[in-house]
Amino acid sequence: MFDLPTIWAFILALAIFIYVILDGFDLGIGILFPLLEKDSDRDLAMNSVAPVWDGNETWLVLGGGGLMAAFPLAYAVVLPALYMPFILMLLALVFRGVAFEFRWRDKAHEKIWDRSFFWGSLMATFCQGIVLGAFVQGIEVTGREYSGGWWDWLTPFSIMCGFALTAGYSLLGASWLVMKTEGELREKAYFCTRWAGVFTLAFVAIVSVWTPFLSPEIAERWFTFPHLMFVLPVPTMTAIIAALLAWGIIAKRDYVPFPSAIGLFSLCFVGLGIGMFPYIVPRAITVHDAAAPDVSLSFMLVGAVILVPLILSYTAYSYWVFRGKIDPEAGYH
Amino acid sequence: MLEMFDVLALARAQFAFTVMFHIIFPAFSIGLASYLMVLEALWLKTDKDVYLKLFKYWRKIFAVAFGMGVVSGIVMSYQFGTNWSVFSDKAGPVIGPLMAYEVLTAFFLEAGFLGVMLFGMGRVSKKLHFLATVMVAVGTLISATWILSANSWMQTPAGFGINEAGQFIPENWFAIIFNPSFPYRLVHMVLAAYLTTALVVGAVGAWHLLRERENIEARTMFSMAMWMLAIVAPLQIFVGDAHGLNTLEHQPVKVMAMEGHFESHPEGAPLYLFGIPNEKEQKLDMAIGIPKLSSLILHHDLNAPMKGLDTVPDELQPPVGIVFWSFRIMVGLGMLMLLVGGISLFLRWRGKLYSTKFFHQMAVMMGPLGFVAVLAGWVTTEVGRQPYTVYGFLKTSDSLAPVEAPAVAVSLLAFIIVYFILFGFGTMYILKMMNRTPGQLAPLPSAPTRSAGTTQLASAASPKSDKE
Repeated sequence: MFDLPTIWAFILALAIFIYVILDGFDLGIGILFPLLEKDSDRDLAMNSVAPVWDGNETWLVLGGGGLMAAFPLAYAVVLPALYMPFILMLLALVFRGVAFEFRWRDKAHEKIWDRSFFWGSLMATFCQGIVLGAFVQGIEVTGREYSGGWWDWLTPFSIMCGFALTAGYSLLGASWLVMKTEGELREKAYFCTRWAGVFTLAFVAIVSVWTPFLSPEIAERWFTFPHLMFVLPVPTMTAIIAALLAWGIIAKRDYVPFPSAIGLFSLCFVGLGIGMFPYIVPRAITVHDAAAPDVSLSFMLVGAVILVPLILSYTAYSYWVFRGKIDPEAGYH
Repeated sequence: MLEMFDVLALARAQFAFTVMFHIIFPAFSIGLASYLMVLEALWLKTDKDVYLKLFKYWRKIFAVAFGMGVVSGIVMSYQFGTNWSVFSDKAGPVIGPLMAYEVLTAFFLEAGFLGVMLFGMGRVSKKLHFLATVMVAVGTLISATWILSANSWMQTPAGFGINEAGQFIPENWFAIIFNPSFPYRLVHMVLAAYLTTALVVGAVGAWHLLRERENIEARTMFSMAMWMLAIVAPLQIFVGDAHGLNTLEHQPVKVMAMEGHFESHPEGAPLYLFGIPNEKEQKLDMAIGIPKLSSLILHHDLNAPMKGLDTVPDELQPPVGIVFWSFRIMVGLGMLMLLVGGISLFLRWRGKLYSTKFFHQMAVMMGPLGFVAVLAGWVTTEVGRQPYTVYGFLKTSDSLAPVEAPAVAVSLLAFIIVYFILFGFGTMYILKMMNRTPGQLAPLPSAPTRSAGTTQLASAASPKSDKE
């Protein structure tokens, strides 16, 4: 059961999950940027992620590089299939990324970089949602190659997933701000958290109802014994965490909404995982079909076992250095 | 068939464009990270204010350059899949782990400590802050190590077998990582990064010396940069020569293109200084060369026979014109750097390093040329290994993804527009920061005092107020 390809599938899933959470709140802050009207609020919001965004985005590089290394066949099929949303996402991330520095370098054009930050974050998020939706929906494969067209990814389901992820990242970003800020900005963040929370839960419901209709295989997995045993706790837990989130918002417990949001994301991720495994390209290529030879996987595993904990610990340290409510006086700019 | 060619040309153009834009930033940030490390170390050791001021001065510039390197780098890690998926499927088992190690050992290290380096002064102890700077610098070097190992393996593949699916299967990781051209390529590239940075730092120092000869920060950075140039330029020429000999051994066809040797020379080959490669007729027009010098350089023997491109089928030849010229540009610039380094030693000896105007003007003009040399060098080695992606085993035309021409064309156009606009702004901001007199702590000259009156409080509380 736990052979090398399976272990790597778990490691990669973990990397992607960490990316979604970490860059999720960075991107979420970008999406909420237009709602922060005061300049000083925007400065604070941006500075609350400025020391860590680069590390957060690195998990995306690990996702891409790791997929190529561990499952080259899957990488070779998925990227051409989702060519347009991937390229758009990369370009959007360029707009978002440069804004972190450029904004401070050019007061005359600050508004331009605010827009670049917002649109970059929004488009990157939307494209990631589309990628997820198109991926779940299925990719046409013949032999070792993608055999569909360059617009196949565009469907109502993938578009809906784009909106869903936008709501989800907004929730992560807003609840992060709740944790990191004080005063008026914190109030505004609570307001955003409330609405983003409502939309996120609504979309979770829509996706959960819609997904089984996409393919009988998923429906079978979700609704038959013994899978049902794994699936059933997911909605139950979701309900509990949703309640926790609502309580955190109403009772104004600053440190509750963000972890709750992470909880929601992990449950969705687990649900998705149960629906997919052992496929790495849904219903076309399994983890074992796509896996690189064991010599490659074991060579990397040695490194991953030593390095991933190390990375997590110094990343945690870096978050620790910048812990607590953000100081408006801080910054090197 | 025609359609295939179009996609191939477009995909190659896209890769060339995005990677050439990308390499500019790492070439600068590898050197600059090391420079920042040295400055902070000197500050901790001597407690002299000038080093701290220089550290802060260059740190801001580093942050912008590094940011652009990161965002353009992420594009690269997905380009292999979007445009070269067949290559990824086949070479993934070998190349993939090298790149995964780059992410695990280098990217996270740089990114994790960058935040502390940029924002952490005052939050962590001086020693911890220095450690963060060291980690960033070490990270850039580790990153260079893995990516050059991967690139070198594609140029001089070793330590692998091929399975039924046509995939390259690793057999000996040591042989893969330390493939024949890797050590040469790595040293050559790291030295190139140091030279590029030294030229930029030297140009900025010279620019400010031209304005204010007594500025101590300008003097210090200029002097440091010129030492670097004087020491590393000759070293680089030596390493470049060794790299050339290595290429001759493993990729002789590339050397034939670099040298413009269409014809075989059984009794000693000339070194062509000038010529116009004519690939149709397979000859070098208007050639001006020094007889037998090429044999002397490459074989250390005036009469050593050298084969030419006439021994290679046309379809296995790289585009000779590009390789021939980019190689000459690189070497020419290397010689120019050697000259500048030499002049700096002479002026220093005569005690005129800070007062020779013409030399400062020259140093300013040399500022961007390191980048040109780096690009020319990469063009030489990458175009020179065509028509292969994995040299001798996998052709570029067989590496292409099953994508459609319009998709590649549209995305190429988007990359060109976005990169030129955004990185154009970035370059402008970097130049603006370089234009600030080092040692002065005033905010950016371009930053207007915040719209008067109304936002006084917000402005006082805002992190924008330059706090150095």
